[in-house]
Amino acid sequence: MGHFGHLKKIILAIVLGAILPFAFPFSASAALHVDVNQGVSQPLPIAIPDFLGGQPQSNDAQVGANIAGVVRADLGRSGLFRPLDPKSFIEAIRNINVPPQFANWRVINAQGLVTGQVTTQTDGRLRVEFRLWDVYGESQMLGLQYFTTPENWRRIAHMISDAIYERITGEKGYFDTRIVFISESGPALHRVKRLAVMDQDGANPIFLTRGNYLVLTPRFNPTAQMIAYMSYIGNRPRVYLFDLETGKQQMLGNFPTMTFSPRFSPDGNKVVMSLERSGNSDIYLMDLRTRAVTRLTSDPNIDTSPSFSPDGRQITFESDRSGSQQVYVMNADGSNQHRISFGKGKNGTPVWSPRGDLIAFTKQASGAFRIGVMAPDGSGERIITDGWEDEGPTWAPNGRVLMFTRTGTGSRGSSIWEVDVTGRNLHRVPTPGGASDPAWSPLIQ
Amino acid sequence: MMKLSTGLKFATIAVALVLAGCASKKPAPVEEAPPPPQTAPAPTSSIVPGSAEDLRVNVGDTVHFDYDRYSLQDEGKTVLQRQAAWLAKYPSVRVTIEGNCDERGTREYNLALGARRANAAKEYLVSLGVSAARIDTISYGKERPTCTESTESCWAQNRRDVTTITSGAAS
Repeated sequence: MGHFGHLKKIILAIVLGAILPFAFPFSASAALHVDVNQGVSQPLPIAIPDFLGGQPQSNDAQVGANIAGVVRADLGRSGLFRPLDPKSFIEAIRNINVPPQFANWRVINAQGLVTGQVTTQTDGRLRVEFRLWDVYGESQMLGLQYFTTPENWRRIAHMISDAIYERITGEKGYFDTRIVFISESGPALHRVKRLAVMDQDGANPIFLTRGNYLVLTPRFNPTAQMIAYMSYIGNRPRVYLFDLETGKQQMLGNFPTMTFSPRFSPDGNKVVMSLERSGNSDIYLMDLRTRAVTRLTSDPNIDTSPSFSPDGRQITFESDRSGSQQVYVMNADGSNQHRISFGKGKNGTPVWSPRGDLIAFTKQASGAFRIGVMAPDGSGERIITDGWEDEGPTWAPNGRVLMFTRTGTGSRGSSIWEVDVTGRNLHRVPTPGGASDPAWSPLIQ
Repeated sequence: MMKLSTGLKFATIAVALVLAGCASKKPAPVEEAPPPPQTAPAPTSSIVPGSAEDLRVNVGDTVHFDYDRYSLQDEGKTVLQRQAAWLAKYPSVRVTIEGNCDERGTREYNLALGARRANAAKEYLVSLGVSAARIDTISYGKERPTCTESTESCWAQNRRDVTTITSGAAS
């Protein structure tokens, strides 16, 4: 087990959430709101002081500072919030159960205020509680508490970030999520690639393979407990499943030739992927329970990169049947295959948004690879990145943020980047060394 | 065997497959291109005939492709003709053809394109009389470059099939 025992513990840990009684009149129609659709050129100023320590003779205050730090980083990274520098705070919070002096927070232009406390319980668990205040409305917007084992403090921080994000934007958050990716090391001619997972913010990276064989294109199942990926173990490139709970890997099916580009169906019961035979790649669907295999495309052209719509009824994929790589949509049984990308250049690696409203893809035009989004009927194409070789988008579970692989020229290697669906707020995701092929998990259950 | 589309880009491979069809009914075609003269004389003395080095140095293990294409060029066909003759001479040798792409394609597409390239070389060798059972193929997509600069000359080097010996070589 070794290196993923830690991971299992984190994934299986149970976290209890409870609603804190409101400490002050609740404003049902709070003015504090961020509209995520506008891409937000003016992020919401929010004050998040370090959470208080409940037990003086303990580590509580340090954990409280750590949690507030992660919440500030999460919300700031989203581009929708601007966490204020704690040095600018006038009022020191001493008791989270009484309302703050709102005037002290208006002076520093905070519109939102988060106060919190961490208290070690007699059984060793942590109780983490927080309140979200509308500074101008002078009311509590949200109050929650969680109980957890101390090593789970980062997850609690991400859950608090999600709760704040959802309360203020009206959209689900995406901070309590993980990324499966390919970690890259070594020189360009002898690149070592390893299967790895990490938290959405780059924390807690864990390697799942040792790098002695090539691995590519990992994707989570809907419970984030299983990964489908491509492995060259034994020089036989095939799709494999990696079970994070047991650490076991198994080849998916027993195909005589290369299988690649896997993705789970939204219910997790099927994997759609490409199978290559005599040089030709078509798309197949495998039922994980019955192991029955259904062929979905059968033409002499490259058909790959399949991705289900969130309702499971359609699949977007790429094909060069028109003479160049373009994006198509078909029904989940393979019927009604039709091209949707008619813009400039080549278009591939389509991925359906979890919201269903958009398909993200890689556009190759004018000597560059860029990430774009379009409606499932191909309309409204927008290019949202501007790299030399950006490819392979993946959606945050709320459909508002994407990650992708950015590769530099020459031997500079690859890294993972994150961008808002509006094209704003582009930044690199921290990884141990080079990294590629990110895939976002759903919100962890 | 893969079905052929009517698309123009498949014209070249279509020719190769027609040849393959003929070859299965008739005796293997006569070698049209004898090994070029420079492979015959002096510097080969230290190389064991029938070895992996023999294939690489004296026969040629690499054929190249145009951008986003998998049809064999004349130069590549010449190399494969020499490989077919060499494989006829060493019938216990089994080979793997590794298909590769440059970095200017998306990852999954390049896996598929590398498979097409490897298969194109395999089908040509088969058309020249090499048993298909002796030839495996594998695609590395853009994962195994031999040149790392982002220039056309480098990309041209990376768009390649490499024939490697799986078993049966002299040593």
